[in-house]
Amino acid sequence: MSEGTVATQHTYVPLWRVRLNLFLRSLRTNWALFAENPIGLIGLGIIIFFGLFALAHPILMNTVWPSKIYDPVSGYDMEVAFHPAPPSPRHLLGTDPLGRDVLSQLMYSTRYEFALGILSAVVTVVIATTIGAVSAYYGGIIDTLFMRLADLVIMVPFLPILIVLSALTEVGMIELALVIGILSGFGGTTIVIKSQALAIKVKPFIEAARVSGGGDFHIIFRHLIPNLLPISLLYMMFVVTGAIFSEAVLSFFGLTTIQMSWGIMINTTQLFGYLLRFDTWWLLIPASLAITTLCAAFYLVGRALDEVVNPRLRRR
Amino acid sequence: MRDEILVDIQHLSKLYPVETGFFTRTNLFVHAVSDLNLQIYRGESVGLVGESGCGKTTTGKLLVRLIDPTEGKIAFHAEDGVVDVATLRGKALKRFRRNVQMIFQDPYESLNPRMTIYDTVAEPLDVQGIGTLPEREERVAELLETVGLTPASSFMFRYPHELSGGQRQRVAIARALVVEPTFVVADEPTSMLDVSVRTGVMQLMQELADKLGVTYLYITHDLAVARYMCQRIAVMYLGKMVELAETEELLHHPQHPYTRALLSAVPVPDPTYKRKPMEIKGGISKPINPPPRCRFYERCPIADDFCRDNDHPPLEDKGGNHFVACYKV
Amino acid sequence: MRDKVLEVKNLTMHYTTRKGPVYAVDDVSFYVGRGESVGLVGESGCGKTSIAISLLKLLPDNAEILSGQILLDGVDLVPLSEDEMRRFRWRRISMVFQAAMNALNPVYTVEEQIIEAMQQHMPHLSDEEMHARVDQLFELVGLDPAFKNQYPHQYSGGMRQRAVIAMALSCEPDLIIADEPTTALDVIVQDQLLKRIREIQEQLNMAMIYISHDIAVIAEVSDRVGVMYAGHLVEMASTEAIFHHPVHPYTMGLMSAFPSIVGPKRELTTLPGEPPDLLNPPPGCRFHPRCHYATSICREKTPEFVEYEEDHYVACWHPGGEG
Ligand SMILES: Nc1ncnc2c1ncn2[C@@H]1O[C@H](COP(=O)(O)OP(=O)(O)OP(=O)(O)O)[C@@H](O)[C@H]1O
Ligand SMILES: Nc1ncnc2c1ncn2[C@@H]1O[C@H](COP(=O)(O)OP(=O)(O)OP(=O)(O)O)[C@@H](O)[C@H]1O
Ligand code: SF4
Ligand SMILES: [Mg+2]
Ligand SMILES: [Mg+2]
Repeated sequence: MSEGTVATQHTYVPLWRVRLNLFLRSLRTNWALFAENPIGLIGLGIIIFFGLFALAHPILMNTVWPSKIYDPVSGYDMEVAFHPAPPSPRHLLGTDPLGRDVLSQLMYSTRYEFALGILSAVVTVVIATTIGAVSAYYGGIIDTLFMRLADLVIMVPFLPILIVLSALTEVGMIELALVIGILSGFGGTTIVIKSQALAIKVKPFIEAARVSGGGDFHIIFRHLIPNLLPISLLYMMFVVTGAIFSEAVLSFFGLTTIQMSWGIMINTTQLFGYLLRFDTWWLLIPASLAITTLCAAFYLVGRALDEVVNPRLRRR
Repeated sequence: MRDEILVDIQHLSKLYPVETGFFTRTNLFVHAVSDLNLQIYRGESVGLVGESGCGKTTTGKLLVRLIDPTEGKIAFHAEDGVVDVATLRGKALKRFRRNVQMIFQDPYESLNPRMTIYDTVAEPLDVQGIGTLPEREERVAELLETVGLTPASSFMFRYPHELSGGQRQRVAIARALVVEPTFVVADEPTSMLDVSVRTGVMQLMQELADKLGVTYLYITHDLAVARYMCQRIAVMYLGKMVELAETEELLHHPQHPYTRALLSAVPVPDPTYKRKPMEIKGGISKPINPPPRCRFYERCPIADDFCRDNDHPPLEDKGGNHFVACYKV
Repeated sequence: MRDKVLEVKNLTMHYTTRKGPVYAVDDVSFYVGRGESVGLVGESGCGKTSIAISLLKLLPDNAEILSGQILLDGVDLVPLSEDEMRRFRWRRISMVFQAAMNALNPVYTVEEQIIEAMQQHMPHLSDEEMHARVDQLFELVGLDPAFKNQYPHQYSGGMRQRAVIAMALSCEPDLIIADEPTTALDVIVQDQLLKRIREIQEQLNMAMIYISHDIAVIAEVSDRVGVMYAGHLVEMASTEAIFHHPVHPYTMGLMSAFPSIVGPKRELTTLPGEPPDLLNPPPGCRFHPRCHYATSICREKTPEFVEYEEDHYVACWHPGGEG
């Protein structure tokens, strides 16, 4: 109650400035809540680390790494006699069976993992929030239809669909992101968001909006969805985790046409029969560690956001 | 003041189906409001009192068309002619919403937590396209000052969680009044507020009624509050109106046995006052497919066979505009 | 002075929160005579429940009693360990919690729950004695013993509240604390229950602390009344004195702000402002920002809780509005 007010008494501040300030203020208070939780900070730290890792790759390629040798897809180091070569000053994480630099592959893949995760999460959340809000608001036949669809999507396992799909067409990064996004958007996430929307729909402020003269569209977009956004954001984090993980699995089985990714790195290892050998650890460990940590990082951020979004979980 | 009808409620009923199973259709209904008749005059405020579950909120929501009646008519006498609230739709409904507003009970739940006070109060103007942006801002600021949130500029861009309960309820009042309605349904607007803040809100509502000529339907379970807010009081019991009279007349000469029991049960803030005890049996239940006889029959201390064998008694004028629905008075 | 069951001296309790300490009970002193009913009124958040749970030492993790004494028949409860406290709870002091009617366990019958409470605190009773006692308790609170084998959800709100009171009475305590036992109920049910509570209290000669925010209810059930404001006890006197000659400006304001259905329709007065935030309460007298009579001393020094007239205590620099 005692927080400073944005509009001061006599100077006229345009509405958009006020809104911007309010937005920044809410960002600050939410950040303060988030920052109280070490779990979230660790997760965020890891994500930032991977971000920098991804950004560093093009810089390295343009400065110290000649592309003939270090290109993650087509590079080959002729000066090394035998591939895969163990880590050395020239190749900090060694080379793969095709003579490519493992560190370069790892860094190069990072940006695609991010793109994949974020694209699928955005697709999921846009679909799930809209459908969740609409079917909670209207109920009846619309609701039944979408909920049966959700049951169907949940029941049919995810991987088989992708396997069939990969047999039919080429599944690249974008296709994969869209498929993951759509399946998860029409599936479980919708149900979670709808149940939240049901709780909001019966709040008196929705009735107040109707008495004010607001139509369905107004109520859904001005009242329902803004109150769903925090939970949507939370689920975005979990979708990112799921997407990165699914990509790794599919690529491992060679079901995608992605040229390079962490999953492909493991797939190459397996193709050349180095998968279960301890003496060539650099082929397996860096990529799998990267998958695990990045997935975990998004998950941790999600958990910390959960505490910001659900005040009940918060300590007083 | 007592001559011009604003709202004329005729045979209003609302039944809710009782949810029993998932697939079974039921023919059990909660008779939340049944055959309600009431005329509300321009400029007065009518109190609707009764115990929890007697249908007060349902009546209020019917009057602002938040829910559709099962039966009956609500004639609203707007400036540009009479409309039947029960059948309004589209443009006409939108126009109706400029005339009729509602204030809700819970100040913590009736404001959207993600909207600033300005956005909340300006919402009716916004959705109905009234005024330009600067005009709306000015109107909201002016109204916030009127409801005692001064200076308005220091409240406009706060969020509800930054206000106390009393302040929130003032915001809710401002939102209801921003379109200058002629009729406001106030559903227990002060029941969640502390005593020391409550009188302030009550006085505010009265001042605004005088100043802007607002007519209220004031819903409350607290007869003492109704006494201060209303010129007339209607008492409801299980969906039926059982008594209607001028406030002081009703308090001093209650006639329906239920009203008498209710009045005798209200605690009095005076340790030396001895209430006249009047006990009635049992507690209130839900009116699920009630028998046609008087709804109060089961608990009534003066009921006889005539009450048992006849329909629910009609609401009759027992003299001096004092209406009672009971065979025995 | 009469025989005191409970005497509270300078009790201070606070909650630790992320924004700082909340002094919900600050330097509170009062007593309860044997067989007496004391009402405690005050607005939401002023610390009524906090006093009650301090007396029973049923504190949440973030709460702590900082100083003061709670003398039950002369024994100070404050230094007692949890084990020692357990012997006092239920048997000597018991409590009906706020919203307790929703706290009955839905999977046990009401009788099972009362018996369980008795088994813990009166293990010497035989099974038959306990069942007989449940019947007695049911009759005492005005419930038909035929309902004792039903589950809480089969009870109405009023019946559940009666059951909770029966449970609190099961071990015949010397003192019972009732925290807003009728607040969620309709007037007619509330009225029946209030009468019952009052009868039981007199019949068993049991002392009672009755907590409510509704001064009309307090007027009906109490012999003496304490008025709380923002963590302080500001006035305490006989019910008669509190209602007819209040001297603390807050009590005076409260009395004239409360509507009544009897008597002439007087003008209701409004207390300006809002109750303070206990995280940073105003200095000096906590009521001074809303007080008509406040002077500079009120803004600087906290008034002591002193005897103004015989057995009429008040914490105010200008009691009755005098200079
Ligand atoms: N949406 C609904 N579906 C089914 N039954 C309902 C619904 N809304 C209300 N009822 C029932 O209709 C009856 C009247 O309810 P209403 O809310 O109008 O009572 P009220 O007088 O406002 O009570 P309170 O004082 O508790 O607010 C109750 O028995 C209630 O259970
Ligand atoms: N567990 C807790 N942690 C922190 N603060 C608390 C806790 N419990 C209560 N408080 C605060 O202590 C103050 C007193 O609370 P308390 O529950 O005693 O009030 P009350 O008088 O019983 O109010 P009500 O009439 O609403 O029940 C309030 O400001 C409340 O916010
Ligand atoms: S001490 Fe002063 S401010 Fe406090 S109540 Fe008394 S007169 Fe008012
Ligand atoms: Mg209601
Ligand atoms: Mg309490």
